[in-house]
Amino acid sequence: MSGRTRLWAALVVVLAALPLVLPDYFLHIAIQVLLWGFVYTAWAMMGRFGLTSLGHGAFMGVGAYTSALLWNLYDVTPWLGIPAGVGLAVLLALLIGYPCFHLRIVGHYFALVTLALSQVVALLVVAARDVTGGSLGMTPHAVDRPLYALQFPDRATFYFIALALWLAVIALRQRTDGGMRSAALQAIGEDETAAAAVGIDVLREKLRVTVVSAAITAFGGSLYVQYLMYVNPDTVSGVGVSLQIVFASIAGGMYGVLGPTVGALLTLSLTEGLRIAFGTHFIGAANTIYGILLILFIIFMPRGLVGVAEGALARRARRVKAAAP
Amino acid sequence: MLSIAGLSAEYGSFRALFDISLEVVAGEAVAVIGSNGAGKTTLMRVISGMLRARSGTMTFEGRSLIGLKAPHIVAAGIAHVPENRRLFPRLTVEENLRMGAFLPAARAEYDDRVAWVFDLFPRLKERRNQLAGTMSGGEQQMCAIGRALMSKPRLLLLDEPSAGLAPLVVQQVFDLVRRIRAEGFTVLIVEQNVQQALELADRAYLLEAGHIAHSGSARELLRSDVVQRAYLGL
Amino acid sequence: MQAVLDTVFDIYLLEAMLNGVLLGGVLALLALGLNLIFGVIDVVWICYAELVMCGMYAIYWLSAYFGWPFPVACLVAIAGVAGLGVLLHLVVIEPILNSAPINQLLATGGMLFFLQSLATLLFGTDFRNLGIRLPTFAIGDIYLSVARLIAFAVALVGAAALYLYLSRTYMGTAIRAIAQDREIMGLMGVDQRRIYLITSLVGGALAGLGACLLVLQYDVHPFIGLTFGPILFMICVLGGLGNMLGGMIAAFVMGQIIAIGGYFFSSELADVLAFVLFIVMIFLRPQGIFSR
Repeated sequence: MSGRTRLWAALVVVLAALPLVLPDYFLHIAIQVLLWGFVYTAWAMMGRFGLTSLGHGAFMGVGAYTSALLWNLYDVTPWLGIPAGVGLAVLLALLIGYPCFHLRIVGHYFALVTLALSQVVALLVVAARDVTGGSLGMTPHAVDRPLYALQFPDRATFYFIALALWLAVIALRQRTDGGMRSAALQAIGEDETAAAAVGIDVLREKLRVTVVSAAITAFGGSLYVQYLMYVNPDTVSGVGVSLQIVFASIAGGMYGVLGPTVGALLTLSLTEGLRIAFGTHFIGAANTIYGILLILFIIFMPRGLVGVAEGALARRARRVKAAAP
Repeated sequence: MLSIAGLSAEYGSFRALFDISLEVVAGEAVAVIGSNGAGKTTLMRVISGMLRARSGTMTFEGRSLIGLKAPHIVAAGIAHVPENRRLFPRLTVEENLRMGAFLPAARAEYDDRVAWVFDLFPRLKERRNQLAGTMSGGEQQMCAIGRALMSKPRLLLLDEPSAGLAPLVVQQVFDLVRRIRAEGFTVLIVEQNVQQALELADRAYLLEAGHIAHSGSARELLRSDVVQRAYLGL
Repeated sequence: MQAVLDTVFDIYLLEAMLNGVLLGGVLALLALGLNLIFGVIDVVWICYAELVMCGMYAIYWLSAYFGWPFPVACLVAIAGVAGLGVLLHLVVIEPILNSAPINQLLATGGMLFFLQSLATLLFGTDFRNLGIRLPTFAIGDIYLSVARLIAFAVALVGAAALYLYLSRTYMGTAIRAIAQDREIMGLMGVDQRRIYLITSLVGGALAGLGACLLVLQYDVHPFIGLTFGPILFMICVLGGLGNMLGGMIAAFVMGQIIAIGGYFFSSELADVLAFVLFIVMIFLRPQGIFSR
């Protein structure tokens, strides 16, 4: 087993053992880190190649509300509801992505179009308040059929589900890293015209990564509802969530595999830490600090924490190499 | 007036100028000739402050220009007419001239100066309210030179004034430069059009791949083998 | 046919349309500010609506807590937000002036978070109202709020003032020039930084003016920026980012869409309609409808 694989195996073992040692509250945090890390990693699949979407809140919202609504209104099991949500998100991604990429809408125009999309979804949720509960949010009906309804009273079960999914998305990211797809996307990110000139099907590659990213994000949204048993438009859609996704991914380092998850860890610790420290006295303190941190990160560490760490390790490796005879 | 010694400059890791030394005496017209990519425009940019020199000295009327930013160099009395004119396309001719006189000292004398420039270039006066981007190449060149003159520079830098212009227009532009010289301006001109440049100038330098390959009086250079063969195709 | 005529000449629809025009006026003013910043400095201040919010809070605070008369509070707010604009440029934009545009967008996004949360911290999430009640007056059966009319008039005056500033003054011409060719401004003896700071000042002042106009009509709360911010961006992109006239026209068009949509459906659906139309229009003409 190579050193790298050993490290990963160790990580998996440690993570799997966590429910045995962590008290309930921390397990709750851990699950959220995994779920959000899941979503952020999906965003970073696009983000790292220059396709900065400010609309992932839309996909998350679509996933969350589709499965929750189908359950509440039509008793459709989440086993079907979640794929439905994912399918809808994929459709949305294609609907927006195809014209965008065909028309070469990139950079901040692309970001603003996706922003509009996230607003549309958030507003639709609020507008349909009779069904969705509007800004007050909604709760999936609780029933005592854990497997059918994907509602597990035992936190540990949920933890393992979240862990499994998170590992899956990390594995996906690892596998595609350095492959032809990722190289193609990198080329596209640097110079679309040149990439097209060497025969890369720019439209298809961009669409593919967008669709995959959207699907995974939607999946994450549905899972989030199932876990928290509550959803409202501000937590899963809209500008705030979109910016939060971007911030966490960048702070953690969207170019690294574990970067976005580190970002999730960072932001959740920050929120929880502030909540514990200040209770309800300083609502808004967390986001104030988020805001400052985002600015500082963009200015000083655009490659995020993981990027900084990787840079330091690389410099160390070079020094070692230079020192070696 | 202008003294450059040991000047070098680079774009990132690409070295564009190596150890350049040249002089411009007040009242002269000096030409720097060379082919594409020789570093002529880079030289202009270093002098006018658009690009930072890596090493070397540069003094103008006794003052060191090294490290000064462009606005300060303009204030010191050097005006640069950039390559490709670089007029503000959606501003009128007069507004472009106005921009040339942005310095407080120039702004105070704006009316006198703009009258003088219009005197020199009657055609610009006719088109004073026309959008600069809609004029012909020759007219744009006149406007660009006029704009630079608005700051009453003691040294005028001309970056490839003949670029992109028809031969007849090129002749007109160079005649214009002669008239400006007659008014007493010192001119440093970089050009690909070797013939015109050397007929205009008193002295010249030949720039090749970032090095000064030859220097001397313009007439000498015009008759030299190097120039005759390489640039005039003889 | 009769039904259509009945709909068109429905007095309430006309009222909605007129209100749409008045709304468009204020949006147009704000769009001018955004477009100025983008056209000149080439950055999108995603937190522009939040700057307006700051202005609104400043006016509220000065008049509610210190009892300052409304006009005075307004002037102070305009100056304050203008200063905020300069600060924003110095602290956030300047360090990343040459970074990828998306980084600039994200940095101002961080500012958005920061301002919203700071407001929450300082003022809580409740809605604050100035308590100024201006009358409505009627033209026939149409009721128009005086506040809206004043806002519209002032917005137009502001736009006119900006136009005169940009076209007649030296600095204004320099601002237009630098938008056309940033690199050679130095050769004009112009300090690029100074122009950018002045532009940021003016952009902030416009946001401050917008705040004065909005605070007459709406309650302020930390997330009010989210109610008109995204729409503002859509307006600017539709009009062609950086195109001041295009932005103004787009603002009035959007104002109509929102007003008429709000008349026929609910206000959220009106917004949804506006966004969907935006997406469609962008696909029809990606550079914006009015860009060159």
